[in-house]
Amino acid sequence: MKQKLGPGVIVGFIVILIWCLLPVAWILSLSFKSVAETTSGSAQFLPKSWTIQNYKDILSNGDFTDALRNSFGIAIIATVLSVIFATFAAYAIARLDFKGKRVVLSIALAIAMFPVVSLISPLFDMWRTFHLFNTWPGLIIPYLTFTLPLAIWVLSAFFREIPWEMEQAAQVDGATSWQAFRKVIVPLAAPGVFTAAILTFFFAWNEYALAISLTSTTASRTVPAQMSFFVGPDPFNPPYSLLATASVIVTIPVIIIVLLFQRRIVAGLTSGAVKG
Amino acid sequence: MAAIEMKNIVKQYGDGFPAVNDVSIDVDDGEFMILVGPSGCGKSTLLRMIVGLEDITSGDMVIGGKRVNDLAPRDRNLAMVFQNYALYPHLSVYENIAFPLRLAGASNEEVDRKVREASSTLELDEHLERKPGNLSGGQRQRVAMGRAIVRDAQAFLFDEPLSNLDAKLRGQMRTEIARLQRRLGITTVYVTHDQTEAMTLGDRVAVLKRGVLQQLATPRELYTNPVNLFVAGFIGSPPMNFMPATIEGNQVKMPYGSVTIPEERAKKAQGKGLLIAGIRPEHFEDASVLDSGKTQGSTFKAKVDVVEWLGNEAYAYVPFEAPPEVQEQLLQLERDLDGESLRTQLVISLDGASRIKEGDEAEIYVDARQMHLFDPSTGENLTLDSSAAGTIPSETSTQQVAHEQDAIATPGEQEAATET
Repeated sequence: MKQKLGPGVIVGFIVILIWCLLPVAWILSLSFKSVAETTSGSAQFLPKSWTIQNYKDILSNGDFTDALRNSFGIAIIATVLSVIFATFAAYAIARLDFKGKRVVLSIALAIAMFPVVSLISPLFDMWRTFHLFNTWPGLIIPYLTFTLPLAIWVLSAFFREIPWEMEQAAQVDGATSWQAFRKVIVPLAAPGVFTAAILTFFFAWNEYALAISLTSTTASRTVPAQMSFFVGPDPFNPPYSLLATASVIVTIPVIIIVLLFQRRIVAGLTSGAVKG
Repeated sequence: MAAIEMKNIVKQYGDGFPAVNDVSIDVDDGEFMILVGPSGCGKSTLLRMIVGLEDITSGDMVIGGKRVNDLAPRDRNLAMVFQNYALYPHLSVYENIAFPLRLAGASNEEVDRKVREASSTLELDEHLERKPGNLSGGQRQRVAMGRAIVRDAQAFLFDEPLSNLDAKLRGQMRTEIARLQRRLGITTVYVTHDQTEAMTLGDRVAVLKRGVLQQLATPRELYTNPVNLFVAGFIGSPPMNFMPATIEGNQVKMPYGSVTIPEERAKKAQGKGLLIAGIRPEHFEDASVLDSGKTQGSTFKAKVDVVEWLGNEAYAYVPFEAPPEVQEQLLQLERDLDGESLRTQLVISLDGASRIKEGDEAEIYVDARQMHLFDPSTGENLTLDSSAAGTIPSETSTQQVAHEQDAIATPGEQEAATET
């Protein structure tokens, strides 16, 4: 149903858009200013002279590219593992009747509510003992812990929506339980799988507290943590333009992923499966 | 293709409730068998036990000479059409139909040939590339059937396939299913709660009530020789009329007067006191439209309450008062049939030419030769011609089995049933 937007609504939209996007625009504009311009305290919004020197600098900065590599590696591995585990767990929770099902769900929820910060010092000690400190697994494991509950909840909601008959039809058609799961259930739960994947990826990509505490070198430090080390030679004059550039670069993958997958995250993929 | 034998099939749920109780049905090779009954009679459960989606508590399921109780659905090679079609929404119509073939590892050429064959049979050719979500109800129904016929399954199983379609489409699809089954000559088990589908489609019909097989017979046998009140009330639309009656010699006394019934029928019902007489609506007629030659029977006068004129015929409704013991039995019957009748009344099918109007005191002819007499306490048909009533599971054996099951159903057994 098409509804004509009143002037009030349009004004509201514009206000909200400015509110949300102004900082982003500012960061973008900063990233195109020269270091000299930002350190001298430039008052204007747009750069006096546009430069891409910041991008050149940051991409040739070994520490930053290492951090970028770590970020990608850790976030992608955490996402893939989390989605795989969550898919199996959610399927079991949605479909099978087993003892302790409610316990599993409540514990998952409890973990999701647990503050990350409170775990940092025990994890720090444990990881040093287990030689996981400053390694990729050292970050991937806690990321899995914090993203699995949400992924399980999202996916089990999707699995519950899929009619039982789909699976039974597949079994009658000659599929094993595994084939029915892979060829019918997972494709139907695809929007849920993508939703879970994106949420997990964002968490791992943006996470700061664990990343700064459980790493010590660029062997495993991720971009958000690495950025806190960009202080420059003068502690009173941090290189704002470089920081802004790093922020822009870190945001790009997130935007690309959202644009790629937003079409997949459409509800109602199951429409037409059964008579409603 | 194969025959399906069900031997003393029992399905007991965790709480000990027998959803299907000692049902034995033999479906011959190529036969169209209907399982019919009101909701909750266990017909769908029975079908799901054939296909393997429900465990069988006891009894033997033999398909094509092989006991399949412990086989997974995929190993039984049966094709099933679900009530809500259960199409795969992420696959095109083509891939939906091809799904069982792909699982079986058929080559691409074979898949293509068989899918196109099925789609032309079902007139789905122009829809092959569409997704199920964009199809109409009737088209989805056909895709579901396509998925069934594309394989060389041993038998087709239908679980109320037409109940989601509108009335017109239902009629068309019914004919279509009948035609398809006759052409393919494949053993078919079809579950429905609709007695019209049961009567029109089936070679034989199994009527179930609360998990117990009542009668297994051809549609004609069911209609003319129902084994008890339940079958009599279930088969036929509008349903059979039931009235209180007493018998003296070959005279049956009913609320609207006495009629004479054939001697051999009268003999079977002697000495039972109050009975329930069952007469189908079409065995009444407006006496004024009858040919003078057709006088086999009696007439009575009754005040017509409501007339529904349909063109080719008309239904007249005549209320009557029933004594409490009959009333109770009839109410119980209504509950069994999922019905909710507010009053005891006769439904009379009149010729379209009849001029009887609402409120008229009409003279009604009744063909008493076709009348059945039922025992009000057991519901049993006293005038049953058992030579033309198909298979009737004998009352004693059913009771005996039920008794044995009570004895068997020890706590350990019930626990085992819960786990499965």
